[in-house]
Amino acid sequence: MSRDDLKATFFAECEDLLEQLSEGSQEMIAGNADDETVNAIFRAVHSIKGAAGAFGLENLVTFAHCFETVLDRVRSGDLVPDTDALHTILRSGDMLADLVELAQADSKEIPEAMPAILDKLNELSGTEPHDTADDDVSIDMDMDAGFFGFQPIILDPIGEDEAPEPTDESGFRIRLAASSDLFRNGHDPVLLFSELAALGRVETRCDMSGLPAGDEFDPERCYLNWDITLRGPMTEAAVRDVFMFLEDLCEIEPIEEPDTTGFASAEDQEPVATVLEDLPFEDSAPVAARPAPRTAPPPEPAPAAIDLALGAGTRSAALDSAAAEPADRPKGAKAPPPVPQTTLRVDPERVDRLINTVGELIINQAVIAQKLLEMGLATNSDIMSDLDDYQYLARELQEGVMAIRAQPVKPLFQRMQRIVREAADVLGKEVALVAEGEGTEIDKTLVERLAEPLTHMIRNAVDHGIETPEKRIAAGKPALGTIRLSAAHRSGDVLIEIADDGAGLNRKRILEIAVSKGLVPGDAKLTEPEIDNLLFMAGFSTAEKVTNLSGRGVGMDVVKTAITSLGGKVTISSRPGEGTLFSISLPLTLAVMDGMVIHAAGQTLVAPLSSVLETIRPRPQDVVPYGREGRLLSIRGTYVPIVHLGNLLGFTCGDEISSDNILILIRSERSGHVALAVDEISDQRQVVVKSLEGNYGAIEGISAATILGDGRIALIIDTDAILTLAGDLGRDMALIEETQHGKTAAMG
Amino acid sequence: MARPQQWADADVLEFVTLKAGGQSYCIEITQIREIRRWSPVTALPQAESAVLGVMNLRGAVIPIVDLSDRLGLGKCDASPRHVIMVVAVGDKTVGLLVDSVSEILTVSGEQICDAPAMGRGDVPNSILGLISIEEGMSRILAPSVLLPSVLREVA
Repeated sequence: MSRDDLKATFFAECEDLLEQLSEGSQEMIAGNADDETVNAIFRAVHSIKGAAGAFGLENLVTFAHCFETVLDRVRSGDLVPDTDALHTILRSGDMLADLVELAQADSKEIPEAMPAILDKLNELSGTEPHDTADDDVSIDMDMDAGFFGFQPIILDPIGEDEAPEPTDESGFRIRLAASSDLFRNGHDPVLLFSELAALGRVETRCDMSGLPAGDEFDPERCYLNWDITLRGPMTEAAVRDVFMFLEDLCEIEPIEEPDTTGFASAEDQEPVATVLEDLPFEDSAPVAARPAPRTAPPPEPAPAAIDLALGAGTRSAALDSAAAEPADRPKGAKAPPPVPQTTLRVDPERVDRLINTVGELIINQAVIAQKLLEMGLATNSDIMSDLDDYQYLARELQEGVMAIRAQPVKPLFQRMQRIVREAADVLGKEVALVAEGEGTEIDKTLVERLAEPLTHMIRNAVDHGIETPEKRIAAGKPALGTIRLSAAHRSGDVLIEIADDGAGLNRKRILEIAVSKGLVPGDAKLTEPEIDNLLFMAGFSTAEKVTNLSGRGVGMDVVKTAITSLGGKVTISSRPGEGTLFSISLPLTLAVMDGMVIHAAGQTLVAPLSSVLETIRPRPQDVVPYGREGRLLSIRGTYVPIVHLGNLLGFTCGDEISSDNILILIRSERSGHVALAVDEISDQRQVVVKSLEGNYGAIEGISAATILGDGRIALIIDTDAILTLAGDLGRDMALIEETQHGKTAAMG
Repeated sequence: MARPQQWADADVLEFVTLKAGGQSYCIEITQIREIRRWSPVTALPQAESAVLGVMNLRGAVIPIVDLSDRLGLGKCDASPRHVIMVVAVGDKTVGLLVDSVSEILTVSGEQICDAPAMGRGDVPNSILGLISIEEGMSRILAPSVLLPSVLREVA
C-alpha cells in the first residue's frame, strides 16, 4: 500500500466513523444513550485522531483531541452533559466532519467556527486552552517514557486469575527495531505490548541508544528499539499476528530453553531498566501507558492511550478488541464493543462492469429465447423449460448484483440532521428532524444524487415551512417544529417524503409572486394544486429576502429537474396551518426499468412504464379534429391532445393521426396529459438502460437506449421532453378546458 | 511535396484501406477496433443525414456514420455486402459504413504526401495526407471527420 492508498482508506474509514459519531450524538440528544454509546463516540473520535496524527493532519488532531477530552469526561461520569453541552458535542461532530473534508481536499484552512467550538470544548473539559497542534499526544507520552527511563514491565496476562498457570515456559524473543516512521504509520508500541500481554508474560527492554541529541531530535520520529521476551503457551502465528503490520521491523525467534536472565546480552546499554514484577494490570492500567510523567502532560485520559489508535487505515479487528479490553477493564465496563459489521470495499467501477455484463446476459437470454421460438419449438419442450431455468437464474443473478449497489439511505438522512440543525440555528427556530425508514435501500447513484435536492428541500422546510417559535405558540402548536423525513419502498419505487408541521403554503402569496414575475397571467384562475406546483417553476423563489440558506435564486425548479433526471417525480401537498408534504418517488435503480415496447413509424421504441397512464384504442368518434392538423382525444368528458410520436421525433413527416393508431396516455407533471399516437404496442418488459451519450450525444425526446431480444437497439422515449417538444399543449388544453373556447394551437 | 507534420520520415505506419463513395481512403490501423458485416441500425431522431442510427456492439450503443455521405460523395445504399468499420476516436467508438475494406498498407512516414490545399467544405479538413498505391492513391482520413457532427467539438 502506498501512502496515498493508506490515506484513501483513512478517509473512507473516517466516513464510517463520522457516521457512528453522528448516530451516537443523535442518541445522546434523544436521551437514549447508554455507556456504550458514549464509548462508541469516544472511540470514533479517538480513531480519527490517531490516524490523523499518522498523516500529520494537525488541525484535525488538535480538534479531535479537545473533543475527545470532553467525551472522556462524559464517559467517566465527570461531566453530565446538559442541553448546552450536548449541543456543543453535536456541533463538534459537525466540525470534525468539516475538518475531515478539508483534510481530504488537502486544505489547511481553519473553519471560521472552529475557535468558538474549541473554546466551548475547553470550557467543558475544564482545561486551559493549550496548543496541541504539534504534539501527537501518544508520541508525547512515549517520549516522556524515554526521558525518564522506560520501565520494562511485566504485564500479567489479562484475566490471569481464571487462566491456568502457564505450564509451558517456552516463548519468544522479539526484537522490535522501530523505524523512524513507526508513529507516522499510526503504530504505537504500547498497543503492541498490551496485545502481547494478552498472550503471555511480557518483559520489555528499551534500547535508547538511537536517541539523538538536542536539536536533531524530531518529535515525530521514533528512535527507540525494544527487546521483548514473551513467555507462555502461545503459537508463533499468534505472535506474528500481533506484528502483522510491522513484519519488516521485528525479528521473532522462539526461546529454545528457559532463559531466566532476560537480556543479559544488552549490557552495552545504560541499565535504565528495572523489572517491575507483579504489577497487576487492573490496579494500575495507566502505568503501561504513562510511566510516571514528571511534569503534568495534557490530561490525556489513561485508557485512551491503550485504546484503539487507528492503524493508519490498517485497523484489524484483533487490534480493536485487544486494545479495547484493557481500556474498559479498569472502569469495570462490561463487554467489549460490538464487533463491527464486516463490509467489503469495492471499486464501484467493478460493480458497474458486473451489472453491465449481467444486463448483457439477460439480453442474450432473450435473444436465444426469441430465436428458439422462431424455430417453432413447442413451449413445453425440454429445451424451453431449460431456458426458463436460465431466465430465472439470470434474473436472480441480476437482482443479486443490483443489491450490491443498493445502500441504505441512513447516511443521507443523517446528513440532513445536520442541515436542519444548522438552518435552525441560523434562523432562530426550533426544529427537530424525525427520520423514518433509514434502512430503506436504494441505488448508490441515487443516494449520491439525492443529496443536493434533499438538502435544498430540507432547508426550505426549515426556512419557509416551520414558523418561528413565537408564531407557533401563538398558533397553539408546540414551539418545537418537526420535520419528518421518511423513506419506504412502494410497489417497485422508493418513496421519500418530507413533511413539516409548519404553516403550510401561502397560496395567495404564491400566486401574487407568480403573477408579479410574469409566470402566469394576472387573470388566470388556478386550482390549488396548480398554485402549489408554481413553486416548481423556474425563476420562482418566495424568499422575500435572500437568506443564507434557501432562496438563493435556485429554487424548487432545480430540485424538480434533479429528481426528474433520476427518473423520479416530486409532488407537493399542503394544508394551511398544518404543514406541507413533499413526496419524491424514485425508481429503485437507474440501470433497469419497466418499459412498454411500442412501434411508431417503423421504429421500435420503449416508453417508461412509470409515465404511462393507460393505453387506448379509440373509437373513430373519440378522435376529434382540432385546428388544421391537430387532433384531440375525447376521454371521459375531457379532451387530451394527441401527438403523433413518429412525426414528433422526425421519423415521419405529416402522417395523419387516425383511429387505427393506438394511443398511449402519458402524464405530465406540469398539467394535463398527452396521448401519444403509435402504431402498435408489442410488449411490456424490463429493459436495461444504456446511455446514448457515451458514443453519441443527447437527443431531444430520447432519454437512453436499450437492447431488445433480437439484439437490436430500441430508443427509450423521454416523456417529459416529449411534452416539451409537443409544445406546451398540455397547458393550452388546461386553459381550453376552462374557457371551452376554440383557439388554434400549434399542434404540428 | 511536404509531408504532414504528425509523421516522421522514419516512422513505419500501417493503414487499412477502404472504399467509400467509389474512392479509396485509409485509416491508421491503431484506430480500428473491428470490422463487421452491415446489419440494420436503429434510426435516431433529429440526426444529421450521415448518421444512420445506432447499433448494438456487444452491449455498447454506437452510432453508425455513412462515410460516403459524410464526405459529400452521396448516400450509400446499405446492403449486407457493405461493411461496418468500428473505429475509436478519442474515447468514442463509432461505426463507419463503407463499401469495402481492401488491404493493409505498410508505409514509412516519407511515403506520405501532404494533402493539397484545395476544394471547399470538408475536404481540406478531412484528409490528412495521401499515400500512393498501385491503382492510384489513398486518402488518409482525419479522425475528426469520422465522428457524428454532434461530437466533433468534443473530439
